[in-house]
Amino acid sequence: MENKNYISSYCAAKNGEVIVDHTISYSEKTLLSVDFIKSVYKHFQFNYPKFYKMDHLCKLAFVTSELLLKSNPVTQKYSSEDIAIIISNSTSSLEIDTEHQNTISDKGNYFPSPAIFVYTLSNILIGEIAIRNSIKGENTFFIFDKFDPVFMSSYINSLLKSGKAKCCITGWVDFYENKYESFLYTVEKEQGTLKIEHTSEQIKKLYNN
Amino acid sequence: MDALIDQLKGEIIEQLNLEDLKKEDIDADAPLFGEGLGLDSIDALELIVLLEKNHGIKIANPADGKKIFQSIRSMAEFIKANKK
Amino acid sequence: MNVFVASDNIISPLGFTSSENFEQLIKMHTGVTRIEKSELSEEAVCAAIIDTKKLNAEFQKQNHTNKASEIEYTRLEKMAIISINDCLKQNPKINIASKKTLLVLSTTKGNIDLLDASLASRFDKKRVYLWETAKIIAGYFKNPNQPIVVSNACISGVLAIIIGKRLLEDNTYDTVIVSGVDIMTHFVVSGFQSFKAISNEVAKPYDSKRDGISLGEGCGTIVLTNNPELTLNIEQQIFVKGGASSNDANHISGPSRTGDGLLLAIEKTLKEANVKAEEVNYISGHGTATLYNDDMESIAISDAQLAAVPMNSLKSYFGHTLGAAGLIESIVGIHSMRKNTLIGTYNFNELGVAKPINIIKDTTSAVVNNCLKTSAGFGGCNAAVFFQKVQNN
Repeated sequence: MENKNYISSYCAAKNGEVIVDHTISYSEKTLLSVDFIKSVYKHFQFNYPKFYKMDHLCKLAFVTSELLLKSNPVTQKYSSEDIAIIISNSTSSLEIDTEHQNTISDKGNYFPSPAIFVYTLSNILIGEIAIRNSIKGENTFFIFDKFDPVFMSSYINSLLKSGKAKCCITGWVDFYENKYESFLYTVEKEQGTLKIEHTSEQIKKLYNN
Repeated sequence: MDALIDQLKGEIIEQLNLEDLKKEDIDADAPLFGEGLGLDSIDALELIVLLEKNHGIKIANPADGKKIFQSIRSMAEFIKANKK
Repeated sequence: MNVFVASDNIISPLGFTSSENFEQLIKMHTGVTRIEKSELSEEAVCAAIIDTKKLNAEFQKQNHTNKASEIEYTRLEKMAIISINDCLKQNPKINIASKKTLLVLSTTKGNIDLLDASLASRFDKKRVYLWETAKIIAGYFKNPNQPIVVSNACISGVLAIIIGKRLLEDNTYDTVIVSGVDIMTHFVVSGFQSFKAISNEVAKPYDSKRDGISLGEGCGTIVLTNNPELTLNIEQQIFVKGGASSNDANHISGPSRTGDGLLLAIEKTLKEANVKAEEVNYISGHGTATLYNDDMESIAISDAQLAAVPMNSLKSYFGHTLGAAGLIESIVGIHSMRKNTLIGTYNFNELGVAKPINIIKDTTSAVVNNCLKTSAGFGGCNAAVFFQKVQNN
């Protein structure tokens, strides 16, 4: 019993829909890609001017992490050092990488931009979530072909078991060529309202819904 | 000068992704960093790119930016004085 | 559980084995050179670049018997393959094709050069995906497991070692090959130039006249294992005793002014390793030679009560090799322990950081029984890992 961990809340955004803890909290099927993500930001009236400076990938991570932590404010329960952020995706920062490449490919119009270049690292989105919520625990960004619940659940369970973290914000945030998908969830020893055990099967179920 | 200030406001909103701001929200004399627009170190570097891209003025030493980027007005004055 | 180093390799302009590299470091020879106008940059730039002809020749040499490989490999993949091949040569007991062996790849940008029009047509578009790069490398060695890719800015390498250790402790694998690799590209150089972060000279870590980084390319591979049968020389055995990462939650590109994030990673690491600050023999710092990074580090090191511990930065030898840095610098630490030699910090003359720390100026002999390796990166991330040599009585 002692070693069980639980998915205490989750937030998923894809296909013009945002789901928080089994409930559709926002739907806007007419807007595509980043316009949809911006509409989520406006709909929930997040007041964070830095949002507009973020690349698409970080914008997506920002809105889903905001909704996740609104549903389950783990920063009030745990000290900042005990919350880990472990996130994964498939395309790393390729969306903004391509944008940076475009600023340097034409010698006649050569203006590399620091505001673009800084986002050419996938883990910047972890930094954005950490800054927004003052979270200081473990950080890791993994890259997989597809979301890998088996590896992620096993890695995070041992992180919690060894006491290296007491809570983990984790999941998948991917944005490339107008395709977006975010699935973030919190893992803790406490059951939370969802009472879903943190196993790869349960993650798969939630992810595929 | 006023036309240049107006133009700069538009350029800054675009270059620095200040999508939530309109030109009239920005005071030409307010400090760009710290309290005013709340810009950061990346924005400072981005303003250097803006000067080069839109106005053909190169700043080699980023430390020079401090004076130039005090406000939109100081930027406009710098551009006027250095435009070839 | 004991996790120890079974083999290691460094690929850099200073050499293609760890020993070749270490010999150059003892003599304080740098791999950073001034490169005039090139495909990397219109302006001259100081960087540590691996000679392409030498790299290709080495790759050919290793593969002339391996007719099965009909795939064309990228520059980055070749570097990783040569590096892992050397690790296997150094320790023939390693079974890379085993189900119990896992590859962990640390890279920030992988095959990012393939975005350039000059290379884009030669390789499948998929090849820029980091997981695909890792699959190609694992596939070369016929490793049966899905490789793990860590891409976490400049702490990727240290983090990958920590992850390797943790995965071994879970007992799913008995051997984890941790390889860190990044290449020099126009992509990366132009970005750091736009940040005005590159020095016009070879980087001067922790020095009062430091004015920016030198970039570099390279690969470092450490084979970690919990299998005592892979031990080659018990007296030279190096254990990974602890490691942690953290975020300073301050700014996405600027290091924290207080160093609290790095301090946290160091404290968690030493706690796991069960050592006190006064027991640390040597710190291999991050030392990028930017004004703010080196200041931040000095504050964290000082707050961790480590100010008196001999510390160096290797960035003025290898340049900043991004995802490879943590591996390469850890391997130098490992060899420092084995040879009881501390490498001097090339281009360091006069301390010029926020808090006094003990920077090693010249290469010296010393008893080095352990090594704390630290790193920090964009996105506010920090990491530390602690290595320890088995004590000879």
